[in-house]
Amino acid sequence: MSTIRETAPTAPLDPPPTGPAPGTRAPSTYLPQRDLDAPPPVPRASLGKPTAEERFAAVGAWVAALALAWVITQRLLPLGGPAWLLVTWFATGLLLSAVTTSMTGRRVDVVDRVVSGVVTSGALVVGAALVSTVVFVVFRGWEPLLHLNFFVDDMAGVGPRDAFDRGGIGHAILGSVIELGIAIAITLPLGIGTAVFMTEVGGRFAVVVRTIVEAMTALPSIVAGLFIYTVLIVALGFPRSGFAAAMALSVMMLPIIARAADVVLRVVPGGLREASLALGASRWRTVWHVVLPTARPGLATALILGVARGVGETSPVLLTSGAASFFVTDPTDGVMNSLPLYIFTGARSPEPQMIERAFAAATVLLVLVLALFVVARLVARPARASRRTSRRTPRRARGVSEES
Amino acid sequence: MASVSSPLGTVRKIVVTTLPVQDHVLPPEPPAPRRLARRATGADRVFELGARTVGATVLVVTGGIGAFLAWQSVPTLQRYGWSFFTESAWQPEADVLGIGAVLVGTVSVAGVAMAFAFPLALLTALYISEYAPPSIKPTLVSLVDLMAAIPSIIYGMWGYFLVMPHAAAFSLWLHQHLGWIPIFAVDADPDAAVWDQSRYIGSAFCAGIAVAMMVLPMSCAVMRQVFSQTPPGEKEAALALGATRWGMIRSVVLPFGRGGIIGGTMLGLGRALGETIAVLLIISPDFVIKPRILEVGTSSVSALIAGRFGDASAAQLSALLTAGFVLFLITLVVNTLAAMIVSRSRSGAGTDA
Repeated sequence: MSTIRETAPTAPLDPPPTGPAPGTRAPSTYLPQRDLDAPPPVPRASLGKPTAEERFAAVGAWVAALALAWVITQRLLPLGGPAWLLVTWFATGLLLSAVTTSMTGRRVDVVDRVVSGVVTSGALVVGAALVSTVVFVVFRGWEPLLHLNFFVDDMAGVGPRDAFDRGGIGHAILGSVIELGIAIAITLPLGIGTAVFMTEVGGRFAVVVRTIVEAMTALPSIVAGLFIYTVLIVALGFPRSGFAAAMALSVMMLPIIARAADVVLRVVPGGLREASLALGASRWRTVWHVVLPTARPGLATALILGVARGVGETSPVLLTSGAASFFVTDPTDGVMNSLPLYIFTGARSPEPQMIERAFAAATVLLVLVLALFVVARLVARPARASRRTSRRTPRRARGVSEES
Repeated sequence: MASVSSPLGTVRKIVVTTLPVQDHVLPPEPPAPRRLARRATGADRVFELGARTVGATVLVVTGGIGAFLAWQSVPTLQRYGWSFFTESAWQPEADVLGIGAVLVGTVSVAGVAMAFAFPLALLTALYISEYAPPSIKPTLVSLVDLMAAIPSIIYGMWGYFLVMPHAAAFSLWLHQHLGWIPIFAVDADPDAAVWDQSRYIGSAFCAGIAVAMMVLPMSCAVMRQVFSQTPPGEKEAALALGATRWGMIRSVVLPFGRGGIIGGTMLGLGRALGETIAVLLIISPDFVIKPRILEVGTSSVSALIAGRFGDASAAQLSALLTAGFVLFLITLVVNTLAAMIVSRSRSGAGTDA
């Protein structure tokens, strides 16, 4: 800024190289005279990586801030505890990085550095919260997990104060699997069928269906559970059972899966459909052989994420299934336990042993969700070309030989 | 061809290209366009009918829930009228029912959750889309999605066993220093020699922290997706004009993603309003209209349903269904507004790189 202001008044003093001809006005543009000795107005922003000096300033500011924060909180002010240390570190870190940047940069550079510190800290806080959740749950539930019977036994005849080598969550895992199996068997055909109807058939009725389905994704899971409780258990007289819990889960998952599948089917390129129809295929064959195979990874992801949502949902199960402490294989038979319900009852129990078991069950649930999630990622990954050809070729060869 | 007599045949043998006689090729009548059948045939008709049936079934099932809830809430609303929304007590034995207190509790839990989740989600989304090194960006995106998939019961346990003591200590600090603000007031002595921790736990503040963890990844995912759709040409233009990274974000990314920021926050709010298990695990139920978020005891609509469904008579069940219906309507309005804002911000962006 300052250098520009200095050079500006000198410019009109330079005479133009050619004198004005008589009767004409002086030209109003000048070639700028470059002063080779003047420093550049601002340091050039580099396009590549930061230089070693910049990196040292950025890292050093935060290291110095940690030391300063330690002195302030532990020695100068009566602010004991790690929380105050972190808060002070954050504040002094922003201050010091602002100071170091202002030694070389302009105001905008200082703001840029401070904002980048704030943004990075925000992301670190979220990451720390996630890590603390996972580590805390695994740490508190570590001891029961060391016993193999925890995964295969049930809690029949096991008191809340018994040692960890008795009892387990086998019945809860089995119950979760049965309930989710029924729920998937109901929601998968209905959900994908609805999505096919909304995208492939269309019409005014499809718009109505899409509106209602999107509205029902807002249904809180507890209300879905209360609906099934009122209709199936109170009004129709079914017992509290795994089947009722599966129905509640289906009601909750159906709009989610239908909407996700709808989104996936809508992004199938229209050119593929038109090509198939132009080749003379019927609409049914187009859907079955072109649209659904194209959308298969996306549909699988939608289903798996819906299942991951359903497996951890506690509130519908809480209202409809009741809690058994033993293996139940018949979903219509009576009360049935499931993983989220086991965790919930354990966490509310006053016995520390039960709380630890609940944490161990939560670890199992966490691993289950993680596994589902990884499978969803693997399925959604685009298949490599070489694998696809090697998989498709034998089938095509067989088809040709059958035809000829 | 040979039979055709040529007048030049006697002069010299010349191979003459002759035009084919057209009379046999031409159709007797002028060509008409082929008939195109719009009507579905055979399997197609079955397919269309089947798809229509499935769609109608899902419509009946899902729409039936909404209709059932609305129908069930008619007698309750007739019985109690407007006092159902203003009455705070839930005493079925005294025939006094109302969701005034639980509505206030629901809103205060969701408000605390959004106060934590909104800034953190925005910062995380900005970090992932603008600041993170490209090599770890896909990992971070997956981590946020994984965070959204973690069951709410696990966040509830995290909030109850790990965070609540610290949150109570922070509540005490807030009470001591900002206690003159009405929402930070607590009915206890802030400067007591031994602080009464039981006055500060189980509050809307503690529950809100756990709910914030639940809604944060959802909002963050929406925001990040909208940020990542910012036209790269505009970002490069801002950088080429000499903007710093923050200048580029402030002048390009944030204005472009404003719809995503608002929409993502409202989607998270819709989830926060309906959250049950974490709230039920953390709060101490209390049926008083209480704007003091740091103080022990609050309630929310979903926790009310989960706590009172078991011993409910038919009339009480109808009242609970009414409360659920009100909750559903609120989340429906919030979600619809959010979806409208998000979709309008994308289609109406009017920018092309």
